[in-house]
Amino acid sequence: MTTNDIISPENLVYTKTKVMNDVPMHYCPGCSHGVVHKLIAEIIEEMDFQEKTIGIAPVGCAVFAYKYLDIDWQQAAHGRAPALATAIKRLLPNRLVFTYQGDGDLAAIGTAETIHAANRGENITIIFINNGIYGMTGGQMAPTTLIGMKSSTSPNGRTVELNGNPLDITKLLAQLEGTCYVTRQSVHNVGAVRKTKKAIQKAFENSMARKGTSVVEIVSTCNSGWKLSPAKSNDWMVENMFPAYPLGDLKNI
Amino acid sequence: MNDSKKQDIKEVKLMKGNEAIAHAAIRCGCDGYFGYPITPQSEIMETLMELEPWNTTGMVVLQAESETSSINMVYGGAGCGKKTMTSSSSPGVSLMQEGMSYIACAELPCVVVNVMRGGPGLGTIQPSQADYFQSVKGGGHGDYKLITLAPASVQEMADYTVKAFELAFKYLTPVLLLADGIIGQMMEKVVLPPFQPRMTEAEIREKYPWATLGKPANRKPNVITSLALEAEEMEATNLRLQRKYREIEKNEVLFEEFSCEDAEYLIVAFGITARICQKTVEMARSQGIKAGLLRPITLFPFPTEQISRYADKTKGMLSVELSAGQMVEDVRLAVNGRVQVEFYGRMGGIVPSPDEVLKALKDKVVK
Amino acid sequence: MKEEIIIAGFGGQGVLSMGKILAYSGLMQGQEVSWLPSYGPEQRGGTANVTVILSDERISSPVLNSYDTAIVLNQPSLDRFESKVKPGGTLIFDGHGFKKLPTRTDINIYRIDATDYAHANNESKTMNMIILGGLLKVRPIVLVENVLKGLKKSLPERHHHLIPTNEKAIQTGMKLIQKVN
Repeated sequence: MTTNDIISPENLVYTKTKVMNDVPMHYCPGCSHGVVHKLIAEIIEEMDFQEKTIGIAPVGCAVFAYKYLDIDWQQAAHGRAPALATAIKRLLPNRLVFTYQGDGDLAAIGTAETIHAANRGENITIIFINNGIYGMTGGQMAPTTLIGMKSSTSPNGRTVELNGNPLDITKLLAQLEGTCYVTRQSVHNVGAVRKTKKAIQKAFENSMARKGTSVVEIVSTCNSGWKLSPAKSNDWMVENMFPAYPLGDLKNI
Repeated sequence: MNDSKKQDIKEVKLMKGNEAIAHAAIRCGCDGYFGYPITPQSEIMETLMELEPWNTTGMVVLQAESETSSINMVYGGAGCGKKTMTSSSSPGVSLMQEGMSYIACAELPCVVVNVMRGGPGLGTIQPSQADYFQSVKGGGHGDYKLITLAPASVQEMADYTVKAFELAFKYLTPVLLLADGIIGQMMEKVVLPPFQPRMTEAEIREKYPWATLGKPANRKPNVITSLALEAEEMEATNLRLQRKYREIEKNEVLFEEFSCEDAEYLIVAFGITARICQKTVEMARSQGIKAGLLRPITLFPFPTEQISRYADKTKGMLSVELSAGQMVEDVRLAVNGRVQVEFYGRMGGIVPSPDEVLKALKDKVVK
Repeated sequence: MKEEIIIAGFGGQGVLSMGKILAYSGLMQGQEVSWLPSYGPEQRGGTANVTVILSDERISSPVLNSYDTAIVLNQPSLDRFESKVKPGGTLIFDGHGFKKLPTRTDINIYRIDATDYAHANNESKTMNMIILGGLLKVRPIVLVENVLKGLKKSLPERHHHLIPTNEKAIQTGMKLIQKVN
């Protein structure tokens, strides 16, 4: 059997989605962003939405999301992605509009934009990457940083006295009338990746069916910020992040 | 649309400046207004909500949770090539500076209305012109400018709303309509502009190929961004912006003159203050003082050359403003020391009367 | 013709709407008009005033320091604006609740007890129209028919049935007003 025999179309079991661009990613090895990007791209292709999708990139590590997915993008100021998405979806109601935001962007500086867009029930999807740290700026404490967790601005570990409590903003968003689907997933193993893909697909379907705001939180790793190897980061996440941010649907109507 | 065209022929209406902006926005085919209430400009959004343009032209009107959010909604809409606008008053416009810097850098068209009130801080709700520096020198971070139009009547509130959109799309830049509490709140006669249809998506795709309307298979993705990590790339963006501002300075200066031909003393004032000073000029002339008034209509681009021409013809100039003296610096730069430029202003919401300005002219300039 | 008017009183006395009706009346007879209110907290119970200019020519400054006519409906407004009436001009005051009466001798002073009349006759809603009637009696700057046209233009249709009541109030005011000096 020659190489050409092997790579014949009938033997094809996997191919990279055409919605992903052929460029090297700037994300650290082991980072969850790459996986989540790929899932979004696959769903957009499968739903045949490439011509209809407008993504909003945040400020944070995913600021360059627009380099990787072959769709129209807008890059928002820090925290303002839901405001941009609100206007775009209202002005172009038959488009798929989603934001892609990290914990600092969504749960700190953009708290008002996030809560009010969700409360108005904007027909958008919010993809929320929660790794409990500011990756882009070099590992500072985030609103979702766990108690005791070390960061460059909580070098001795986060304390309630000094820093206040971690903010479970997803739980908060689930309580709002405007949200139709709020779920928390992860991408640390194959099963989790599959579930996350289904969740994002459902969220996109909700947005197009005008059911309200869908929020997909993905509890993620930041091995650089956490100063752990990718494999150890996954273990650490399962052990420490999941108890604080348990996986599953918080709301599904 | 045809029906509305028939009924709007030269009908004279009486309304507030704020209301005129709302009517003009709908009529010129605005796609989206996003705002947050603040005195003295709340009638803009109130009028839009009352008129329900989403039922007629399809225009979107939304009350946002903050000015920060409204300007970013404008950013999102503008990135889709849509005609979007917001309005606020001084403290709210301060909150919008971040967004305006992004929009200017991303080279998107939009209209921002500032119906100024007295500051600093929460200040007062009474009229002011103390946001001049913020408006014409940039306002937010980085090197950028806003085309700034200063209406002085209710009619101009309507007319310049239309013009602001024209300039915004001509130069792909945010345009500021800089009014004050008086023009926003006062009622005068106005003839509203004719109805123009909103742009269709096909028109937007053709005229503004950068718009993020969704990526057809045959083109590259459009990306609206103000980010460039490479310094060379960012300098190129800056140089492009600066070329655009020079072009605007060359083409778009607007100003108005009253009794300037033989003037020995020139008053420079904009917006409502120019109206007050026009009366001052009439009073001065009746007393044998040869005063004239030059009213900049565009504050950026500033009528530098036009003012400069009077430097050698006049014995003195007076910049009159509702501030501690901001535009006066640009007047002085324009004449470059060739004639004495004095300043008279009131602050914190106080508006001088024409005779008060006349006294200042006599005390400071005529002597 | 040019008439520069200030109307001042408590918020809720219909000061701003009286000014608005005057401005609409001017519009109806083809004049240039400006209506400049004091705005903000005054609307909620403090003192309110409005400057109305009716003119055959383009109006330059809508902000004035002296007036052809001042209509003052409370003591603070009288204290503030009496001195700002041009010599030979007109001052109209509602006699209700004044402790200090106007003193100038170089202007025409009129009193109209509209508040008391309106309360006694249960017509407090048209109190400002009574005063407007008084004004038009002594300063016929707009025709009553143009006032009625202006009302029709400015009021929503559901309130048009109130126009005859307002016309009656104007007539009442014309009878009530009295010269003081």
